[in-house]
Amino acid sequence: MSNTTKLQDFLGGMRAISPLIAAVIPIGLVFGAVAATKGLSPVETGLMSALVFAGGSQFVAMDIWSHPASWTGVGFAALLVNIRHVLMSASLGTKMSGFTPPTRYLSMLFLADEIWAMAEFRAKVARLTPAWFAGLVAPFYLAWVFSGLAGAALGAFLGDPVVLGLDFTFPAVFIVLVMGFWKGPETGAVLLASGAAAVATQHFVPGVWYIAAGAGAGLAAAMLTGKSQDAEVTP
Amino acid sequence: MTVDLATLVAILAMAAATVLTRLSGLVLIRHVSLEGSRRKAIESIPPAVLMAVVAPTAFATGIAETLACAVTAFAALRLPMLVSVALGVACVAILRALGL
Repeated sequence: MSNTTKLQDFLGGMRAISPLIAAVIPIGLVFGAVAATKGLSPVETGLMSALVFAGGSQFVAMDIWSHPASWTGVGFAALLVNIRHVLMSASLGTKMSGFTPPTRYLSMLFLADEIWAMAEFRAKVARLTPAWFAGLVAPFYLAWVFSGLAGAALGAFLGDPVVLGLDFTFPAVFIVLVMGFWKGPETGAVLLASGAAAVATQHFVPGVWYIAAGAGAGLAAAMLTGKSQDAEVTP
Repeated sequence: MTVDLATLVAILAMAAATVLTRLSGLVLIRHVSLEGSRRKAIESIPPAVLMAVVAPTAFATGIAETLACAVTAFAALRLPMLVSVALGVACVAILRALGL
């Protein structure tokens, strides 16, 4: 691939992720502000955003944060919240034929939900290239780290994020992404199974098991409907 | 501007757990073949995962959150991503101000 096409691909990725960057900045500010109330210094907050780079698990860690910090507690919570990344990377991995194996593993380190969703959308219409993927990652990563830092530094000056509704940015982004994957009734079955299992698990089981439970139930629903369709084709 | 040792260890534990989940999917697909109904199941992973994260907020937090989620979802059918998100946030702020 020539350097010009690489640059075009990189810019294409940047264009695709730009609305999500605008959406992630308030989420990062809220995260930083919450971290400051939990006693994390701006440097610690920035380190967490840079090294973990997974918003959901970072918010959960702030929920259960203690002093001194319990590495087993937040480590296990991160594993549980992010177990969905196993499915995400398995799914995206099948669409990375244009990547060398080292690039594939390197790219997966940046598999945040938003980046992954945009890469999945792209793979439906065109061949996913490393340059296009890098165009998603670079600005989004910087926006996440620096908005977290800014939130931690500004802290109390931001006002109450709940009153402003800014805490809702995170779920709103997820809803928009879900709607982008709608493909018809079989998607409805997946969403129904996933949503019902997640709500029920969250109600009855303490902690964050609901994410793994919902994802598993949605996957099971897809396998069941997929099997029955296979059976219709080959009686 | 200090970094507490216990905090640093906690951050590293979170990072290690996250890296493990992000790489293991790639390792998994090297050993499991993905054809037929499995292929279909793979394609259902994105909505299943995203829905699981958002469902408790959408259905079990409060009226304001549920309505705002519905507004966001309908907006996303027609409007650009960022506009839909902004509408959802505005909606939840207004409903909370009204005391819902």
